[in-house]
This record gives sequence, structure tokens and C-alpha cells, in this order.
Amino acid sequence: MIRDQEFLRDIASYCIENSKKLGATDVGVKVIHSVSENVSFRNKKLDESNRADSFAVNLTTYIEKKKSSINSSDLSKSNLEKLIERCIDATKITPSDENNSLPDKDLMSKEIRDLNLYDETHYPNDKKIEFLKNVEETASTDEKIVNTEAGFTENKNNFILANSNGFLGGYKTSNFSSSCVAVSRINGAMERDYEFGSTRFLKDMMEPEEIGKIAADKAIKKLGPKKIKSEKIGVIFDKRISKGILSTLASAISASAVARGTSFLKDQINSEVFPNSINIIDDPKIEKGLGSQNFDSEGVETNSLKLVENGILKNYLIDTYYGKKLNLKSNGRSGGTTNLYFENGTLSFKDLLNSEKKFLYITETIGHGGNIITGDYSVGASGFMVEDGELTYPVSEITIAGNFKEMFKNITLANDLEMKYSTNAPTLLINQMTVAGK
Amino acid sequence: MSNFFKETDIDTSQAEAIVTETLKNCDDGELYLENHKSESIVLDDNKIKSSTYNSDQGYGFRAVTGEVVAYSHSNDISKESLRKSSDNLKDTLKSKKGTYNHEIPKTNNKYYENINPIESKTFDSKIDLLNSVNNYLRSKGSIVNQVTANFLGEHKSIEIIRSDNQVLKDDRPLVRFNVSVVLEKNGKKETGVYGVGGRQSYDDYLKDGSWKDVCDEAFRIANVNLESKPAPAGEMKVVLGPGWPAILIHEAIGHGLEGDFNRKKTSAFHNLMGQQVASEGVTIVDDGTLHQRRGSLTIDDEGTPTENTVLIENGILKNYMQDRLNARLMGTKSTGSGRRESYKHVVLPRMRNTMMLSGKYSQDEMISSVDKGIFAVSFGGGQVDITSGKFVFNCTEAYEINNGKIGSPIKGATLIGDGPSILKEVSLVGNDMKLDPGIGTCGKAGQGVPVGVAQPSILINKMTVGGTKL
Repeated sequence: MIRDQEFLRDIASYCIENSKKLGATDVGVKVIHSVSENVSFRNKKLDESNRADSFAVNLTTYIEKKKSSINSSDLSKSNLEKLIERCIDATKITPSDENNSLPDKDLMSKEIRDLNLYDETHYPNDKKIEFLKNVEETASTDEKIVNTEAGFTENKNNFILANSNGFLGGYKTSNFSSSCVAVSRINGAMERDYEFGSTRFLKDMMEPEEIGKIAADKAIKKLGPKKIKSEKIGVIFDKRISKGILSTLASAISASAVARGTSFLKDQINSEVFPNSINIIDDPKIEKGLGSQNFDSEGVETNSLKLVENGILKNYLIDTYYGKKLNLKSNGRSGGTTNLYFENGTLSFKDLLNSEKKFLYITETIGHGGNIITGDYSVGASGFMVEDGELTYPVSEITIAGNFKEMFKNITLANDLEMKYSTNAPTLLINQMTVAGK
Repeated sequence: MSNFFKETDIDTSQAEAIVTETLKNCDDGELYLENHKSESIVLDDNKIKSSTYNSDQGYGFRAVTGEVVAYSHSNDISKESLRKSSDNLKDTLKSKKGTYNHEIPKTNNKYYENINPIESKTFDSKIDLLNSVNNYLRSKGSIVNQVTANFLGEHKSIEIIRSDNQVLKDDRPLVRFNVSVVLEKNGKKETGVYGVGGRQSYDDYLKDGSWKDVCDEAFRIANVNLESKPAPAGEMKVVLGPGWPAILIHEAIGHGLEGDFNRKKTSAFHNLMGQQVASEGVTIVDDGTLHQRRGSLTIDDEGTPTENTVLIENGILKNYMQDRLNARLMGTKSTGSGRRESYKHVVLPRMRNTMMLSGKYSQDEMISSVDKGIFAVSFGGGQVDITSGKFVFNCTEAYEINNGKIGSPIKGATLIGDGPSILKEVSLVGNDMKLDPGIGTCGKAGQGVPVGVAQPSILINKMTVGGTKL
């Protein structure tokens, strides 16, 4: 059972009071309890069951402009007492930084709205097992599928965030997720693909048959890939990976990267960064949203932000510390983006595929080849060739490369946006990237 | 040495009784207790950006029968919590029956001392050193745009209680010191990163001004990259420098030789045991026994002493890396490769220090044999799809080779290849094997563990370089 708010609040108060007693001028604390139950299957048999019960305290103490932090999983008062003392000792001898402070009081979240983030339904392991049997039954229908793995995780979480300026807030959240990985084989060569669903409420979970079927279909389609010649070509990003473009944008417009001068988008505020048809929104208040929150990780109120409007960069993602460095107020983005998405484009998926004679359609990238400082991008990729609007054959062992600055300016969006993750994008085309193959 | 049951309502013998009772019908399993202290002190943008101390303690209780693993973990070490976990495990395995395997080898070897690196250097002296790093690098001129430096230190005590009161213990220090510098010249910015570390105290790596060498190396890499031009795109010859570039071995071969993927037949290597998978001069080992190395362990996280496991000998595939579960199901012995990130994670077969051993050629011979290709000296990180065998890694320092001579530096690019065939493309193996500086972390199934790599210079006949220049 997940512990209640009162239990967590007691510990938070204890930490604040004791820190102040030992000389802290300001204190911020977060107390978390989470319970997670996971069952995994392999080839239609139970493989693993895992139950996790975890507590965490994250405490930051300030003495004027000096700051230090501790984290612990042991909530006993005797342990906390020792750690608070250690934290204060470290704070005393850490050099001052004029930007260290709690958030401005008038920016703090005042009320907690029920965003429908908690489903108290418990899905017993027997039910999870039933679900996974159905996933794998469907996934292994085709004889080309030689291995299936499936998992179901149920997560319940409760937290309190508090600081010595009187802020105190917290709420429960839940998450149900299920996945299937299928391995296909033909002529001794294997391919792997997956499907994944994640929801706040159990009743919103995809059907098990759907998860299994998508994973298997995708793994089979990838069989017998070819390596293509190196060339410049339009690259279409499948929805599973097009959201990565938004994650890159988020890193590049974080106040830390901007203030430190380590972003390729530094000084680009109010400039045209994308084509003028493009709008990008970060909305924390979506009901049941996977990235939804009432306030950010410092307790600052968060509201919907238009990050990019008609192609123009309108906002950075600002927390208290780097906000002070940039002379900007926090916009409640300590901890990053919330529910981040591109507004839909105008072309249908089919029209996008037909907009040129030939494209490379990418369904998976591997490696971490994005450089936020220079904007240079180079990653391993696999997917399909598209000729006359049809996926003709699978492609692998190639790389795609470019620079984000130019890639951003050459984006065309389809109109097939779905809210499946916390960051979501429709299928998108980037005109002219370099593909390295044979 | 931690006493996990001090200040709890349970003592060691009561815990042992619960373990024995819970596992009586199981093939394997244990109660794994862990106390983990760690610190992170970061200097960034001329300031001490953060100082954090973490203290974590908990247990992971595991029962294994057949292929099924039941696991329950908590940070509440108490009678009630352990009983609850025990019930949970028994419930999962209620329809199974196994025979407990008591055999676990003993060792008197120790590959590191029980020191706590966090306490063996004062907080003040760490702050002083970070400030010295900042001043030293910034004194190199106005092109220095940003300096980040950090200390990461930890001490982990583990205790493994197996059925019938077998108890195994280990205490593991680990440190890492990193420097990252951003240079700016003519409107162009580039980064250089370098670090050192292992299972000793900070000062073993930083004394006598050797921290300056770390700074100089980060500065040198950034400086080289300021002059870089777009990397080529397409298939060509690649010379890899010694040391850290061995993450190629880690990604291309290492993961594919982990026992779990081969038992499940999802690795591209699963049917290649005893076969030629590499050129004749290639020998690759995974060694957990190197003194004070980042990837070394006295015992693994199941209590098995680590060893030096030969994976590929003169091109022939010899062994997989095994934990107890996969070894039992494949009819072999654990190689001491059972590892977990923490008590919150299940054991998986993992790499330790993965090394390609020296051959007989010099790096000069390799470079002069290449008409057109690249020379890759340092890498960021890599990734592999173990099923298709395709792997990538990202160059952070590389040069073009023209007519047997090293040319201009090139921008960071991803290199992609196919694991089972790449080692057959290794045509020359160098005589200059080098260990990496002690900075690697390997990720698998959401778990990060410290690892090491080593290799000599090697010449690869054909690899795809993912640049932008056709």
C-alpha cells in the first residue's frame, strides 16, 4: 500500500525544522514513496516477477547563498538526523553563489488541481499474467517469430514537496505500462522490434492483442534488410522517433544550456528556428497526461507554454537558478518539459509519403550522436525505402547525419499526432539529410 | 563493514532462517543486502554548482526456480518487510519445485582495498582542487568558454546471505574525476572531455599535479575539434587508436556474448560457439581480476569470485559470460559475471574489463597502409542491437587518412557496423594494448554498472562512417 500524504508530510516537516535548528536559512525537501509491481513473460512462460517498495528523501539546505544536498532512502529519524547534520556541515563550507535561492514566493503553485493522474485500481499479478499470455499468444502467431518477451508494470507513487517559505504540496500518481518485444528470423538472420503502451489509468491500456500484433508485424517487416548507397535524400521519421527532435529542442532551449552558452540555439529567442507553419507547445495541465504536473520540481506553478509559434522560438525552459543568471523569471520548467508536442501539420501520412518519388523512412535510430553545442547530428538508423509512396524494402546498417539548425528549418509535419508518450510528434519529413551506407 | 541488522528488529540468524525457509524448494536465490554511500561535487561556470551526498540502504530478495526469477526489494530492513517479501516470492513460485545448488567457489583474492574514498579526502580539499582546475584551464586563454569538473565517489558494502547460512561479503570503493572544457574560436565552439578513475582513493589518480594532465587532455581534444571539418560519409578503412576505442569490442562483441541473450537465442552469436568469428590474430578476454580497475570485482553480485574469461581465442569463439541462472540453464559454470546496479535490480550477466590483447603490428604500419580512411582516437559512447548485431559508436576525436598520412581532424561522426562480421574485417592488430582511463559505465535493461575496456590499435578493412560529406 502506498503511504498517505500525512506520513510524508511529517518527514518533510521534520527535515525542515531540524535543518533550521542547525542553522539553515532556507530549506527545500521532497519525500517520495513508490510501489511498483512488474511481471515479465518469455515465450509464453512466466520469466520474472518483481516487487519494489521504495522511499526517498531529497533535501537541500541553504545558508544564505551557500547550498548543499543529501539524498537517502532510509526515513528513520536517527538516520535523517545524522544526514541533516552532514548536509549543514557541507553547506557551511561550500562557496557562495549569488544565484542560489528558493523560488520567488509569488511564483509558487497556489492550488492543486485534480488532473486525473491517479487510478487506485490494483491489477493483481494473476491478471497481469493473463494479459501477458494474450500479448504473447498474438505475437507468436506467425512462425517467423522465434522469441517473444512481454512485460506489465504497475506503479503507484505519492510525494510531498515542501520548502521553508511555507510551500507544501503533493499528490498521488499512477502508471500502468505494458510492452512486447518480438524477434523474427529468416535464413538464420534475426530482427527485433517492439510495441509499448503506457497510461495513467488501467482502463486506457491498449488491448493485449494489439500490443502483440504490432510488435510481431514490425519485427517481421524488418527481415532481410539491405544496406543502401550513401546519398543525400529526404528522411521521414516514424512517430516513434520523430519525438526525439523535440527532446533535442528541449535540451537546446533549457536555461542551463543557454546561460552556460553551450546551446546551438543560444541567442535565438524571437528568431525563426522552424518553418513558419510550425507550433510547439508544452502543456502540463492535460488530464491523464503522462507528463502532467501541478507544479515543477521546485514547487513553481506551471502553465501551458508556446515554445515555438509560427516557427519563431518564443520561450526557454526556465528554472530558478538559471533564470536568475539570465535575468528571467522561472516559468515552472525546473525538471524540464511536461507534455511536449508539435501541433499537427496539414499533410496526411499518405500525402507525405507521396510528396516525392523516393524517401528513406526511419523507424529506429541507435547511438547518441547529437551534439547540443554545435548542433551536429549523426546516428545509426534502420527503416525502409519509400518509392512512389510505398514502403518497398527494409534498410539497415546505415547512418543519417546533418545539423539540427538546418534540419529544423526543413521539417514538414504530417497530421497524425497521437498523445502516446509525454513527448509527442506526428510523422515528420526532413528534406535532404546525408545517409551513409555502402 | 556494515552491520545491516543493527538498529533493526531482526538479527542475522533470524534473517538466515527466513532465507533458508523461503528458498527450500528453489534452485537458487539469496538475500542481497547493500549499503551505498556516494557523493557528487560539481564545478561549473566558475562556481561550485552542486554538492550532493547520497546514502542508500536496502535489500533484494531473490528466488529462482527453473527459468523463473521472483524478486522483491525494499529499503525497509525489518522482520515484517522480509516476511512480506518472502511471501511474495513463495507465491510467485508456488507451482514450481527445485533443488538448491549450494556450490559457490571460495576466494582469498582481493582486487581492491576497503577504503571509503568519500572520507579519505576532505571536502575542503576537493573544493580547492575543483577551483584549481577551473583557474588552470581558464589561464590557457580567452578561448576557454566553459569549464566543468566533478568528483564522483562511492563506497558500497554488500552482504549475500544464501540458503543454510552461507554469507559472502565485499566492500567496494569507486571514484571518478571528470573535466569538460568548451573552447570558442571564430564563432565556433567545441568540447573536450577527459576523466580518470577506478577502485582507489581520489589522490591515487590526482596526486603530484596529475590532475593537470586530465585538464590538458580535455583541452587538447577540444582544440583539435576546433579545426575539424565535416566527416566523410560511406564505407572506408578505419584505424582505431589504443585504449578507450575498445568500446567497439564492448558493443560489437561483448553484449552479444552475455549468457542470457545466448540462452534465449536472441543474440546474433548464439549459434557460433567454437566457430571462427574473428581474424586469426584476435584474442578477447573479459577480466574481473585486474587490481583497482573500474570494472574489477573480488566477487560478483551473486558471490562468485570473478575470473579472467577468454571469450575469443585466435579468432575462435570460446566462452560466453555467465551468471548462475544462465550457467545452470546452459549446463555450465558461472564466470563470475553476475552483476546488478543495486539491491533494486535483478542480477544479469554483464561485462567487467573487456580487452582485446596485443598483436604484432605498429600503429604507423596501419596508417601507412591506408589510402583513404579515418583514424579514430577517442569516442563518446556506443550502442548495440544484439539481435541484428548492428552497433554504433560516436567519435569525439578523429582524423582523415589520405595516402598513408594522417590529415585534418574531422567532426564527430557515428560509425556503424555488424557485430558478428566486424572482427573478420580486423586485418592488423597492434602491439600497443592500453587500458582505458577508468570512466566507463555500461547500460543494459535500465541498469548501469562500471566497466573497463582495453585494446591495441587495430585496422578495420571496411566500416561505414556516418559523416555529412559525400
